[in-house]
Amino acid sequence: MTIAQTHIATMTARRTGLDVRADFPILNRLINGKPLTYLDSAATSQKPRQVIEAMTDYYTTYNANIHRGVYTIAEEATAAHEAARKKIAAFIGATSWREVIFVRNTTEAINLVAYAWGRRNLKPGDEVIVTEMEHHSNLVPWFLLSEQIGFKVRYIPVTPEGLLDISVLPTLLSEKTRLVSLTHMSNVLGTITPVREVAEAAHRAGALCLVDGAQSVPHMAVNVQELGCDFLAFSGHKMLGPTGIGCLWGKRSVLEDMPPFMGGGEMIREVTYQGARYNDLPYRFEAGTPSIAEAIGLGVAVDYLQALGMAAVRQQEESLTAYALERLAEIKGVTVYGPPAARRGGAVAFTVAGIHPHDLATLLDQDGIAVRAGHHCAQPLHNKLGISASTRASFYIYNIPEEIDRLVASIQRAQKIFKV
Amino acid sequence: MDLYREVILDHYQNPHHHGRLEHPDASYSDANTACGDEITMQLKVGPDGRITDVAFDGQGCAISQASASMLTDQVIGMTLDDVLKLGRQDILDNLGGIELTPVRLKCALLGLGVLKAAIYTYKGQKPVVEDEEE
Repeated sequence: MTIAQTHIATMTARRTGLDVRADFPILNRLINGKPLTYLDSAATSQKPRQVIEAMTDYYTTYNANIHRGVYTIAEEATAAHEAARKKIAAFIGATSWREVIFVRNTTEAINLVAYAWGRRNLKPGDEVIVTEMEHHSNLVPWFLLSEQIGFKVRYIPVTPEGLLDISVLPTLLSEKTRLVSLTHMSNVLGTITPVREVAEAAHRAGALCLVDGAQSVPHMAVNVQELGCDFLAFSGHKMLGPTGIGCLWGKRSVLEDMPPFMGGGEMIREVTYQGARYNDLPYRFEAGTPSIAEAIGLGVAVDYLQALGMAAVRQQEESLTAYALERLAEIKGVTVYGPPAARRGGAVAFTVAGIHPHDLATLLDQDGIAVRAGHHCAQPLHNKLGISASTRASFYIYNIPEEIDRLVASIQRAQKIFKV
Repeated sequence: MDLYREVILDHYQNPHHHGRLEHPDASYSDANTACGDEITMQLKVGPDGRITDVAFDGQGCAISQASASMLTDQVIGMTLDDVLKLGRQDILDNLGGIELTPVRLKCALLGLGVLKAAIYTYKGQKPVVEDEEE
C-alpha cells in the first residue's frame, strides 16, 4: 500500500469511526507526559461516564439490598437490578429473562456449568470437546472436573492460519461426547469461530454446546437463537461495564434440570431443618447478595452499545483492525498471528524479532501505550504457535487510527533502542 | 528514564556464562509464571566452598536475562553463604541503579532466586525460591 492509499484508508476509518471518546474520562489521562493510548480492551474495556454515573447514582440515592425489602429504596434497587437483567436478555436474544444468570465473570459462568451441569451429567468415559485456542478459563474447569470424574477432554485443532479446523468434527464427535465448549472469538488470534455449525454438529451427536462469548459479545451482534447454543458465558467488564458482573445464559430446559451451584440465601424457595427446595430460575443459581451496582452498571453499558448499534461497533473495529494489520505488516521483523480482518475481531497478537514482549510493552508504556504482553491466559495456544509470549494490541469503540500510528512509531523506536 | 541502557542490552544480546555445564554440582530451574521467563542455573563448587564455575540458560525479557548474566560474573569466586546474602539491591546495582516497577522487578530477581535455590539444593536443603522483593 502506498502512502497515499494509507492516508485514504486512515481518512475512511476516521469517517466511519464512532464519535464516543468524549464519554470516556480516562482517555484524558497523560502517561509519562503522553496521552493514554489504551490498546488493551480485550483484557478489560474502559467505562463511559454513563456507566460510572449510574453506579454512583445507585450508591448515593437508592442503595439497598434487593428482593426482600418492602421499603421504597429497596423496591427501586430491585427494579433497577431486574431491569438490567431484562436489557441483557433482549441484547443477546434470550427468550426469557429467567435464562440470564448473573455471575462475576466468564470464568465463573463456565465454572457454574462445569460444577452444576457437569457434575450431574458427566461420567467416566464421556468426552468434552474444546478447541486449541481456548482461554485457560475454558480449559482448567474441565481439567479439574475430569480429575474427579474421569471423562476425557479432546481438542478441535487450529490451522496454521489461525482458524478452527472443523473438518475433524465428524471424527471427534461420537456418542461419548456430552459437551462441545468453544470460544466465539479468540482472545489471542482474534479468530471468529463458526459456532452455529459446531453447535448443530454437537446437537446431532446428542451433545450440548457452550459458547465462551467473553470477546464476542462486546464486539459484535450475538444472538443465542441464531448461534443455536445451549450456554453463553460473558463478562460485563469487557463490554463497557464494571468488573465483578457477568452472565451465564442457558437454554431454559437445560437450566431447569440443573442442580444449584452454590448454596445460601436467595437460591432457595423453602428451607427446613430437613433440607431445602430450590428457587426458580434464575435465582436458583444466584446465592447470596449479588453485585447490585455492577448489574445496574452493566445494564447501562448495554443501553450504550445498543444506541451505537452492534453492527456499527463491528464495522468500526473491522476497519481499525484492517488498518492495524496493514501498518504492522510494514514493520520489518514483526510477525502477526491470526486470520485477516474480515474473519477476526480487534485483538491482534504479534511478536517483534529480537525484542521480548515484556521489554516491548515497557518501552510502549514510556510512550503512553497500554498493550498486553505474555501468553494472555492461552499458554497451550502459544506453545502451538512456537512462542512463549506475544504482545497483543486490542481495540474497542473509542480507538482511532492515530493510535495505531502511535503504536507503529513506538515499535520502531523500540527497534532502534534494541538495534534490531 | 533510560531502562534499556547499553550495558543491559549487551548482556541480553551476548550473555556471559550462557549454556550448560558438563558436570554441575547443582542445578535448578524456575519460571516467572506471570510472563513466562525461564532460567536454569548450574554451578560447580570448589573444595573451599567457593563457586568455581556457573552457567545459566533460559529465555525471557532483556531485564531477566541481563540480570542473570551479570550475576554469573559476580558470583564466581564467592562463597555459597555470601551468595545467599545477596539481595534485591545488589541486583539493581548490577543493572546500574535503574528503577523497576514491581512487575519488572520480578524479572530482574528471577536469576538470583534460581541461583539461591540451586545452592540450597547443593546444601541438601529444601530449594525454595525466595521472594526477594520484600
